[in-house]
Amino acid sequence: MTRSVIRLVTTAEDHRIAQLAAAAIGLAVIDAAIPLPLPGVKPGLSNIVTLIVLARYGWNTAAWVCGLRVVAGGILLGQFLSPGFFMSLTGAVFSLFALALAIRLPYRLFGPVSWSILAAFAHIGGQLLLARLWLIPHNGLFYLVPIFAVAALTFGIINGLIAARLLSTLPRIDPGVQNV
Amino acid sequence: MHWLSLLKPGDWLLAVLGLALCILSFPLAWHGGSAEKVVVKKSGEVFAELDLSRDKTIEVPGPLGMTKIAVEKRRVRVVSDPGPHQYCVRQGWLEQPGEIAICAPNQVSLQITGGKESYDSLSY
Repeated sequence: MTRSVIRLVTTAEDHRIAQLAAAAIGLAVIDAAIPLPLPGVKPGLSNIVTLIVLARYGWNTAAWVCGLRVVAGGILLGQFLSPGFFMSLTGAVFSLFALALAIRLPYRLFGPVSWSILAAFAHIGGQLLLARLWLIPHNGLFYLVPIFAVAALTFGIINGLIAARLLSTLPRIDPGVQNV
Repeated sequence: MHWLSLLKPGDWLLAVLGLALCILSFPLAWHGGSAEKVVVKKSGEVFAELDLSRDKTIEVPGPLGMTKIAVEKRRVRVVSDPGPHQYCVRQGWLEQPGEIAICAPNQVSLQITGGKESYDSLSY
């Protein structure tokens, strides 16, 4: 019998994504522990990491970190492949799409707070769409739209401010890349 | 203020736009098209508009007497009518937009409006 060793070759980029995803997962767990009155309303603290990664390393790395957070966070919280997981996945996909457009805005005028607000609204929009099509196929769902919209704006601004604050203190690594 | 200095002009713009969106969403979601109503007509003219989400009983005076109409659990029916055939009473509960009950002898009709009307009219 021959013993085989599987060696995964990892790059510095992989390590960085893993570290940042770990931070995002930690925040996702804290997020789930915060009690809030309505299901679906969450601060989304892990998006702070997504915003910082977006600013420092660009959209691709941010998408990796966000995707890993959704999958690993789902497994950690015991909701992997449950409706809650698909809600979170849809939110992530929609907000990443919004972020891809948002970073094209001139940075002189639109900072992390703008990205965060746009991503938060895209997030809630995607989730409402999925919920309406799949989980709660009734128009009564739209009675909750104002509550979700207010939550999206509030947490969008707060998360964006925290990200902007952290970005202003974090050293600008990798001068070659994105780096705003 | 330290935190405010982190906001750029565009951030303010988007925050204000977001706030406008939030404020707009309240009337749209809570008083908009999804709120269904019952239109009660007397002699062809609108006598009352009842909200289907509020339970209520009203009496409509007609040539023959009082027609009693009740809204209950998002449904509406004619409770009693002085007409000879009692068609509109026997029709029972109306639930879907577009459904109509007509108490012809007493010249009273009621129809559910709003939302998506699945039929132009329903007859039995």
